[in-house]
Amino acid sequence: MSHFLAPVFEVGFFESDAVRTAVIVGAAVAVVAGALGVFTVMRGQSFAAEAFGDIGTSGGSGAFLIGAAPLVGFLVFGVLAAGAMELVGIQRARGRDLATGIALGAALGLAALFMYLDSTIHNTTGVVVTILFGSIFEIAGSTIPLVAALAAAVVAVLLVIHRPLLLSTVSPEIAGARGVPVRIVGATYLLALAAAVALCALTIGSILSTALLIGPAAAALRATRRPGRAVLLAAALGVAAMWLGIVLAYDSYYWPPRGNGWPVSFFVVTIVFVVYLLSGVPAWRERRRAHAATARRAFADDRGTPHRATAG
Amino acid sequence: MVNAWIVASIVAVVAGVVGFFVVLRGAAFVAHAIPNGAFAGAAGAVLVGVDTIVGLGVFSLLGALTIGVLGRRGRSDAVTALTLVTMLGLGALFLSVSSEYEPAVYSLLFGEVLGISPSELAPTAALAGVCVLVVALLYRPLMLSSVLAEVGEARGIGRWRMELAFLAVVALATTMTVPVVGTLLIFSLMIGAPAAARSFTDRPQRALALSVALALVTVWAAIALSYTTNYPIGFFVGASAAALYAIGRGWAAVRRARRAPPAGARAARHEAHPPERHTILT
Repeated sequence: MSHFLAPVFEVGFFESDAVRTAVIVGAAVAVVAGALGVFTVMRGQSFAAEAFGDIGTSGGSGAFLIGAAPLVGFLVFGVLAAGAMELVGIQRARGRDLATGIALGAALGLAALFMYLDSTIHNTTGVVVTILFGSIFEIAGSTIPLVAALAAAVVAVLLVIHRPLLLSTVSPEIAGARGVPVRIVGATYLLALAAAVALCALTIGSILSTALLIGPAAAALRATRRPGRAVLLAAALGVAAMWLGIVLAYDSYYWPPRGNGWPVSFFVVTIVFVVYLLSGVPAWRERRRAHAATARRAFADDRGTPHRATAG
Repeated sequence: MVNAWIVASIVAVVAGVVGFFVVLRGAAFVAHAIPNGAFAGAAGAVLVGVDTIVGLGVFSLLGALTIGVLGRRGRSDAVTALTLVTMLGLGALFLSVSSEYEPAVYSLLFGEVLGISPSELAPTAALAGVCVLVVALLYRPLMLSSVLAEVGEARGIGRWRMELAFLAVVALATTMTVPVVGTLLIFSLMIGAPAAARSFTDRPQRALALSVALALVTVWAAIALSYTTNYPIGFFVGASAAALYAIGRGWAAVRRARRAPPAGARAARHEAHPPERHTILT
């Protein structure tokens, strides 16, 4: 087998511990992100998903400052921010984006302060780049149980609330009339999102976290109207993008400039973006066909009659 | 120090003006995405050896165009997120290829207002002038399209055209402000002051003026505090933006409560100011 696949998988791909960890963690994270992402895209809360990643940066740098585990900082700040966004609690999308923006701005201000203090106390700013761009090849194998536990918790919460969440996403009025506590369901979802983003951002960096949450889900929702199918499709697309990205990033160590691999995040994000673009092709062709049909009909109707362009 | 003061004031005016429309259109995500993504352009510019501002300009315009074109058919917030991460992915690639960029990353994210050289004054002022001029020219159609998109469309103001124009303005503002104050700070400035201004008054022109004034006060206070305490300026801007927003919301809530009984009062107010009559164009 390895004979045929030699051009695809470079030497040592299957023997490397770092790669094995990346493949496992990447898949787990992509599944969680895909499932949660479908709801995020349907609710129009992509901004919150992106903001939690950046808000986690301030949590991470704050944790570094006091010597706590970064995950604790990510979770604490994520929960606080979710609370703030929910407290402002504007139901209209416009006001909600604004509230998210304010929370994000405040958190970034804190991040600036923490990083300044980090650099004066610990004498390093390296933490900035590490947190922002995180690297999946640098995950310690020992974090796998923790990642798995957090992923399982998020999936469990999602399983419990998915029916009322779906209803209150599609129609808050009907959900309210049927006795669904719309606000509590929304807050629970937001907390799950904060936890999921903390998980993603810590393992694969905040860029990939947003990409995996939004990209596969948005593409899946264009391909199918059924939420259940969309969740499965999004998870599958996310895992595929992640694995393909890992393979390419591993191979890229052998590309020019030699000895300096290209980042995983670049590959995964590019794949996700292309997948999203491709998911729009069927609708685009449908529109073109409809335009052509309309034009043909109008052309046939127009025969023999003089110009009537300015009528009406 | 004087340079910092002047440049920061210019930036505050642009942020106040552009941010007013950002808040009006509920486009906080775009205001976050374009400056953040454009940062990849700066990294790319360093890589190929051109001026940072060129990279920023190219990337912010490309990002704005992508968001505008793809957002026309898709869900615009998902498209914004995808555009942002794609640009950041490119940035990660550029950073990995050029290895000695870390301090520059920090300064692009958080800005270095206090280290501005006199030679940066003229281009910043020129770009700011262009930015404000474009907004002034577009003011009426952009305003109508932001508040009542349907009415605007009926009067021949294309919704999508206005969206593209608005995105281009944000891109322009990004290009001029990011090298000076950083991506994170400009975002706080564009959101905090205008959002507060909007809850203080109902009149558009007054809100716009107030938004600029609040942005100026925020920046001046932040520079002074940062100078005396030595803490980063971004912290003070972020904190004061959140505080301003909270005060604005509180003010609006108090005003609403004072107008009780709400239903009757609202009806009376509606009678005093009947909705604008639309002249029918034939």
